[in-house]
Order: sequence, then structure tokens, then C-alpha cells
Amino acid sequence: MIELKNVSKTFTLHNQSSAVIEVINDVSFSVAAGECVALTGASGAGKSTLMRMIYGNYLTQAGSICIGDVNVVQAEPREVIALRREVLGYVSQFLRVVPRVPTLDVVADPLRALGVPSDDAQARAQDLLTQLNIPQRLWSLSPTTFSGGEQQRVNIARGFAHAYPAMLLDEPTASLDATNREVVLSLIEEAKARGCAIIGIFHDESARDRVCNREIDVSAFTPGAAA
Amino acid sequence: MIPLLSVQGISKYYGAHIGCKDVSFDLYPGEVMGIVGESGSGKSTLLNCLAGHLPPDEGQVVFDTRTDGPRDTVTMSEPERRMLGRTDWAFVHQHARDGLRMGVSAGGNVGERLMAVGERNYGDIRGKATDWLERVEIDASRVDDRPITFSGGMQQRLQIARNLVTGPRLVFMDEPTGGLDVSVQARLLDLIRGLVRDMGLSAIMVTHDLAVVRLLADRLMVMKSGRVVEAGLTDQVLDDPQHAYSQLLVSSVLQV
Amino acid sequence: MTHDTEYNFAYLDEQTKRMIRRAILKGLAVPGYQVPFASREMPMPYGWGTGGVQVSAAVLMPQDTFKVIDQGADDTTNAVSIRSFFQRTAGVRTTTATSDASVIQTRHRIPEERLTEDQILVYQVPIPEPLRFLEPRESETRKMHSLEEYGLMHVKLYEDISRHGHIATSYAYPVKVEERYVMDPSPIPKFDNPKLGNMPAIQLFGAGREQRIYALPPYTSVISLDFEDHPFEASKADHPCGLCGAIDSYLDEVITDDQGGRLFVCSDTDYCENRRNAGHKGKDAA
Repeated sequence: MIELKNVSKTFTLHNQSSAVIEVINDVSFSVAAGECVALTGASGAGKSTLMRMIYGNYLTQAGSICIGDVNVVQAEPREVIALRREVLGYVSQFLRVVPRVPTLDVVADPLRALGVPSDDAQARAQDLLTQLNIPQRLWSLSPTTFSGGEQQRVNIARGFAHAYPAMLLDEPTASLDATNREVVLSLIEEAKARGCAIIGIFHDESARDRVCNREIDVSAFTPGAAA
Repeated sequence: MIPLLSVQGISKYYGAHIGCKDVSFDLYPGEVMGIVGESGSGKSTLLNCLAGHLPPDEGQVVFDTRTDGPRDTVTMSEPERRMLGRTDWAFVHQHARDGLRMGVSAGGNVGERLMAVGERNYGDIRGKATDWLERVEIDASRVDDRPITFSGGMQQRLQIARNLVTGPRLVFMDEPTGGLDVSVQARLLDLIRGLVRDMGLSAIMVTHDLAVVRLLADRLMVMKSGRVVEAGLTDQVLDDPQHAYSQLLVSSVLQV
Repeated sequence: MTHDTEYNFAYLDEQTKRMIRRAILKGLAVPGYQVPFASREMPMPYGWGTGGVQVSAAVLMPQDTFKVIDQGADDTTNAVSIRSFFQRTAGVRTTTATSDASVIQTRHRIPEERLTEDQILVYQVPIPEPLRFLEPRESETRKMHSLEEYGLMHVKLYEDISRHGHIATSYAYPVKVEERYVMDPSPIPKFDNPKLGNMPAIQLFGAGREQRIYALPPYTSVISLDFEDHPFEASKADHPCGLCGAIDSYLDEVITDDQGGRLFVCSDTDYCENRRNAGHKGKDAA
């Protein structure tokens, strides 16, 4: 489902004497449907960078990243947009929303973008928010005012609203209590069971051991680490 | 799928000075594109060339018309171009007073485009105007009030209603949230986002507010000295800018 | 008053009259289109009919019979002074009888009596541009005319209905000429609008300060703008004339005392007089 071939990335900092920093060098791996792969490596090794490259958020200088039959490295913006809408979900560590929009609509939004009728989308959103223990009295409020943990759970609910065939998870269980951590892990297991290909970053080792089929140490592809 | 708007090599010169130079891009149905850059970078000149307000010196602006398919709007006759401006195109000005008739009631402002395309039933026109006021969250009881009695945010929402009443397919926006309070901005952003989605609109939006483009635009073009220096997915350009100027622009935003 | 031969015939010099006649011919060729012309200073203030006077001067011939009405009346200051102006500068015969006149200059009325193919009706126009109150830019209104973009004209009528429940515009009511140009018929009451269309006489409109001439050739189609659900109505005071009893003429309301007493009389003084001479009598007639 997800296939990386000879992927490399550099950052060129034009405003700092055009310094060129190599961050990822020659990564190749693939993730099959129903498989969950963990990216590991020390902080700063390039786990998040690699994940953002797969999402098309960071530009990739060399190689190919195929999600299904779309090569993100060369795709037109509208192809990447369609890919993100239909195929590739991403749960980041940060919630970015239009201020003032109620939590329920934030969570239902990915489904509305796919043309799901408003009522059905809201029902799915309610279900997820209930599972993730967001009190109903908060549903009509904007999540921008919520605590960090609550925002994280809203973000997860939004990420899991649509049954994407492929997902990227950046620290999905960070800052969650035991109960909610359990909910998130079972959401991941459900996604795997229906055939979703997942790449994740988990600092939480026991969570990683429970949901991941294998690990890829990103440090091996980091030029700085090799030196 | 063919693009709704295909822009090829648009240039505009003000004497020896470059307004914008050799701008090309395709915009597909349902896409929202942001254009950012500092004052004087040519983004407003470009927008005005695209919307038919300024004649470009070079290039084509090919629009996929409903009846005749793709047509170059630069070379089409003025009546045809102005007709597009009243039907399939909409233009939202930064200052609502530039886009509204301040001496005409809210209902008359919204109804004007309907009457311009030949609607002649008062009851129908008023009904549609009232409906649109509600869609942009203006109380229907204000239909006979003049926009001069409205707040800045309401005026901007009225301008949007006036533009969208004929169901356009392409909306040009020039700093649509500029000059508004932050709380009012948020409400307007939410409204525009909802309308873009529900009506399947395509939009080209000029702004200098990177937070606004991140929330509204799928794609982004960065302009400097009349030229496009970088273009791509909005979040990619903002999070991993490639060009020196884009990097400077992104890093200059104050964090809150 | 005798003809003052120190002046050129009808005051204006021949070159100026030629220039105005050219504008008139163009106006007749493109009915409803506002033709710019080089309006001259006239020996009267703007707003007193300088446009109408220049058009009259350009069309008058020595054998013409000239009539001037102001709000329908032959005997008001404006009518009297313009009539005497042409008596003195052109030496033409003047009359107050509509049927005897070959050229009639009018301010704000069309005579009740149907005009004929041998007559010319000259209107005094204060503001020729019907779109002016909604669109102040001349460059833009010209473009609207040339491209036939008249949505704005209906906005004005829309505003009327939204504010008053009906189209309250009662004079200078906009019309569309030959399904092409929207035209301001000058401040005539909308009661007169139906007479504009299909008229046998030539109708000429002159705006002196605004330097515009426009025209309706005989038997031109003139339609008053309206909405399907608020159709145009030619309205007048719902009374008979107090002096002649006419029920089909446009009426002026005359306040007769401080106790609220009032009288409705024909605004067209010639029409009223003819009826009274023929024996018609209203309830207030002495």
C-alpha cells in the first residue's frame, strides 16, 4: 500500500548562508495493507520528517513515495489533495482548525469533505467523541479552548472519522491517560483489521509492541548519525 | 477533468515597471488557491488581470465557460467578459464599500445581480435575497436596512451574499478578511470555508495573512517582485518552503 | 412684443444651430441614446430650460407657431418668459392652444390632447441620465448603456417597493425605448408615460447643463420598466377636475384656504379651458 524507494531529503537554508542539511538519505521500505510499521530512532533522527514527506507536507528531493498508485513526490497538488481526502489519513500532534467551529463539526469535517450527508457524518463524530470520552457538553464548543489532552483526543477522533486505506500516526498515545490510551490502541487495531496500512511513531514502547508488526530505525538513513 | 481556469504567461507592465511577469497555473473545480507576497509583489495586479479588471499585456486566461467550453477571457468581447463577471465569476473586495452599494438596502444589494441577469419578479428576488442573508448569518429582518448601518463584519458577509446569489463557479477574493477584528475574521473564515465546500466553488484569494491561507487554501503561490517564486500545496510551501523569499516570509510570522 | 432684428433668428448663430441639429438627427436615428452636444450659455439660468430653449431654437422656422407650457400651464413665469424670448428673437407666432402649435416646449408635462405628425414636442430635462442616482460615475453609466446592462435600474424600483410597498416613483419614471436604451423621460408624471410611446409627433429632449440631447422619432415603442408582480400603473389623483369635470386628465391639487380646503384642477390649462368653453362644468366651477 505504501512504498518508498531511494528517498532522500535535504533542507537548504537560504537565509543562513545557504546551508544545506541532509536529513534523510536513501530510504526504501514498504508497508502492506493491514500492517503497522513503527518508525524508531533517537529524537531528531528524522522520524517526523520522513512522515511529513510521505504526507506530502515536506518536499522530497529524490526517490519515489507511492501510496496506492499515486507517487506523492511527483503528484500535482490536486492529486495530493484528493489522496489526503480519500486514501491517506494523518494524525499529527497538533490540532489545526478554524477558530469558532464546534468540535462535532471538526470531527465530522473529513467525512463532509467526502460528500457524506451531514447527519451520517455527525453520527460517526458523536460515536468517536463518546468512545474517546470527550464530554457531550464540549461538543458544541471550539476545541481551541480545550486542554492539551482533550485536543489530542479530538485530533484522533477527526483522524479516524473516515476509514482511510492508509494512515500516518505521530505519537497518537502521547499525553493520554490509561483509559483513553486503550481506546486509541483499539482504534488502531480495528483499522489494521480492516486492512489499513499504518506508519506510526510511538515513544510508548508497550503500545508500540502491541500494535506494530515491525520497526524501522530511521537513524540508519540519517547522514548525521552515520558519521 | 479540464481546469476551470488555465492561466498562461500572464504579464502586466506599468511602463518600465513590472506589475506581474509570466504567471501560469491551472485551477481545477473545487480548488482554493492562495496568493501571498508582500505589498507591491504584484498579487493584486495579477488578481485584477485574472478577473478582467485590468487588461494584461501578455498571456491568456482561459475559463471553462458553461456554454462554449474553454475561452480566453482576455480576448473575448467586453460584454461577454462583463457577463461572466455577473454570472460565473464573483469578486470579493477587501473593503466592503468597494463591493457594495452603500445607498441601497441589503436586499437590493443582493438582488442586483439577479436583476442584472433578467429576473423581474419582485417577490422571487426578495425571497432569494432574504434566503442569502440568512446563509451569511445576517438576520432576515435587516433586509431593508442599508449596509451603512451594518458592522464591518456584516458588510463583508453581505458582500459575499451579493456575489454568490447567482451561483458563480469562480470567486476572486482580495484580502477578504483584512481590516476585520480577529474574532470577526474567524467567523468569516468559517463561513467562506462552508460555502466553498457546499457550493463546490473554486476560489483565488490574495492575502498577506499566512494563517488565513493555511485554513482556506489548498494551494499556494508565493509572489515577489511580480514573479511567482514558489508554488505548491499550501502546507508544503508553509512548512517546507524552498525559495529564499518564501523561507523569509514564513519565518517572519509572529508566533502567538 | 416686436421682433428684435439685432439678434440672429431664434437667438443662436447658424453654426450653433447646425451643431444642435446634427445632435438631434443623431438622437432621432438612435432613439433613447443620449447625444453629447456643446451646450451654449443662454440668457437665463441653468434649470430654467436652457436645454429645451436651445433645441427649440434649432428647430424653429419663421412660419412656426410656438407654445410653451410649464407643469401644463401656459401662464406661469417660466412659460411666459420663454414664449416672449422667442417672440422677440425669432418673431414667430405664439399660441396657448395645443392644436394650433407646431412646436411645443414643455417642462414636466405632455399635453392631454393627442399630438399629430405635424408637431414637435421639446422637453426641458434637468438630469438626462436615469442611472445617475445609483451610479455616480459617468464612465460607468455610459458603459452600462453601451452594453445594455440595466439591472441597476430595477434596483431603484426594488428599493421603492421594499420601502413603500409599491413603486413610489411618480415622476421621471424610467422607460425602455425600442427594447434598447433605458431613458429618463424628464420629470413628467408617470401618468404621462403611456403617451410617450407610439406618439405621432417628434419628441426631443434637451439638457443644457448636462449637455445632452436625446429623442424619440414618431411612433416609437416606449415601455415603462416594472416587475411582473408589481406592474407599471399610470396614476393620478382620484378626482374629477373641479373646473371642467374631466376624469381623464392629470390634476394639480390647489390649496384654497387655511382650513384644509382644496381643489383638484386640470394641470393642462388649455385642455381645461377648451372643455369649459364646450360647456363642461366641474363641481367647483363658479
